[in-house]
Amino acid sequence: MGGSTGPEVDEVLTDTSQAVLENPADRRPELILSSPSFGAITDAVAEPLERKTPLGWWLCFLPALGLLGLLGIAVSWLFWEGIGIWGLNVPVGWAWDITNFVFWVGIGHAGTLISAILFLLRQRWRTSINRAAEAMTIFAVMCALIFPGIHVGRVWVAYWMFPLPNQMGTWPNFRSPLLWDVFAVSVYGTVSALFWFVGLVPDLATMRDRTKSKIAKLAYGILALGWRGSNRHWQHYEAAYLLLAALATPLVLSVHSIVSMDFAVSQLPGWHTTIFPPYFVAGAIFSGFAMVVTLMVICRSAFRLEKIITLRHFDYMAKVILLTGCMVGYAYSLEFFTAWYSGNPYEIFTFTNRALGPYAWAYWTMVSCNVLSPQIFWFARARTNIKVLFGVSILVNIGMWFERFVIIVTSLHRGFLPSSWGYFRPTIWDVSCLLGSFGLFFTMFCLFVRFVPMVATAEVKGVLPQANPHHEPQARAAAGAH
Amino acid sequence: MRLPMTAELPAGAHYGLLAEFDTTKELYHACEKVRDAGYTRWDAHTPFPVHGLDRAMGLKRSPMPFIVLVMALLGGAGGFGLQYWVHSVEYPLTISGKPHFTWPAFVPITFELAVLFGALGAVFGMFALNQLPMHWHPLFFSERFERATNDLFFISIESWDPKFDPVATRRFLEGLGARQVELVQSS
Repeated sequence: MGGSTGPEVDEVLTDTSQAVLENPADRRPELILSSPSFGAITDAVAEPLERKTPLGWWLCFLPALGLLGLLGIAVSWLFWEGIGIWGLNVPVGWAWDITNFVFWVGIGHAGTLISAILFLLRQRWRTSINRAAEAMTIFAVMCALIFPGIHVGRVWVAYWMFPLPNQMGTWPNFRSPLLWDVFAVSVYGTVSALFWFVGLVPDLATMRDRTKSKIAKLAYGILALGWRGSNRHWQHYEAAYLLLAALATPLVLSVHSIVSMDFAVSQLPGWHTTIFPPYFVAGAIFSGFAMVVTLMVICRSAFRLEKIITLRHFDYMAKVILLTGCMVGYAYSLEFFTAWYSGNPYEIFTFTNRALGPYAWAYWTMVSCNVLSPQIFWFARARTNIKVLFGVSILVNIGMWFERFVIIVTSLHRGFLPSSWGYFRPTIWDVSCLLGSFGLFFTMFCLFVRFVPMVATAEVKGVLPQANPHHEPQARAAAGAH
Repeated sequence: MRLPMTAELPAGAHYGLLAEFDTTKELYHACEKVRDAGYTRWDAHTPFPVHGLDRAMGLKRSPMPFIVLVMALLGGAGGFGLQYWVHSVEYPLTISGKPHFTWPAFVPITFELAVLFGALGAVFGMFALNQLPMHWHPLFFSERFERATNDLFFISIESWDPKFDPVATRRFLEGLGARQVELVQSS
């Protein structure tokens, strides 16, 4: 993107890390460094949208667009030829398709956690990152929705998943977790998009009011719906936002719980376990936070948002990654304990096979990336070191993809009947679909950072000290003195 | 008849007065005084929601929670009803000898639809209460007003407020510490 690493940025970084480590008075560190004025925040956030498209943006966008084209080719060929072009077959009937689906849905969950759960918990540090995290959620759900849609093979009958009156007089089976999944993920996508748009309206109005370009003014103007910052509007707006957060919180927990039931309700050893819903939710938040860190490290330096997205934010996110990383580590070990404690030979075999069988390489990749690599975040210096944060976030992204692969493929490939054991190998079309989904994700994200304010300016302004009508600069200084 | 996407116009040639404030503190105290002076058709405009301003303006509680509750209950009832009807009436399928009315299996979709309808109620209920979208509004005639979405704070008093008087109201607003008071045209 910006390609803007120079001495200046380094200076700003040292500046911010110092500010973080010194931890200002009364244990309420300033979230926004050096508390700029309201106008300064608008300028900082709007500037990347108003400058000429930087070369760095094209260097990100064009490869992403290329990968999106690859997705188009892979999916078209799939529709033409059928799912035989993938490597899956008996006994591994689900492979990369559902791995990718669960991976992308999981990525989305951190966005909702940041935007809804942290909002309800009054964690005001979320304001600098929630807009980008919510955008990430929507794009991740878009990627996720592709896979259940295309893995049925005959996409032209995908509408059978929905309860529509049809010429056959049939209805879907509402008792099946697979149908719960259709409802959960599509409701999740819809609610996330609504939540994001509602949050965007005041900022689109800000862009409408400051842009000089006629076309931009028209586009932002239409989308801003005529917002004029009226307090009579803010009153209903804030109530609606709070209620959306309250609805999204149980929703996000339900979505990955239901995704896990696709597996847990089956009879297969390795899938049939009650720990799945909380284990999947923790893993989802874990992987999603890693993706937020990956994206924020890039955006922050590309768009010079060091004063708005501070090392304090990364410190908090690293703590969430450490916590959820330990939770998935606990789940991995508990699965082994349960297998042993159950005394069930099939269950014991599945887990021995997982750690020592033909897919041991995938299992240990998963454990190293997900359980070992985040342990470095016990150290405060690692939590505020951008390079370490970026490296660990990439490892966690890889590890969490492998977690889903391990759960799905290692459980399936050696089932109850040894004569039908097999070994799954991906084809070029499996790889193309996965890479293509990243293309879709990054294409959307590039468009987002180019055309939409990527920080919720109205919210960030609201957490500045001078936003509070009862704020007294002198009184605060005096209170800090004793 | 009023078109849904246009603002209600006052009788006169002017929409009203627009007063500009520098800080949230000045705005907050000015709102208290406008409220106490008995104005009813007026508003504050801020780049972000200012804490406590609803009380300073004397606004009633928002009916949003009620709208969302009703919509969520409707969504949940509809979702449960659909599943009951499909599995017990329209298309009863016997799977593993289980009864047709298996209500515990209906819980997830009931919940999802309650959330979906609640969220739709929250978003579109809020738009309806706020009469949005409203792309044209007399306040957009003011150049200064562009900063209401950036860094300044405004109070607007509409000219068809019963207590409105072009001269006295202007003097009143100036007395509240407004940096500038502007007469906004209506068309």
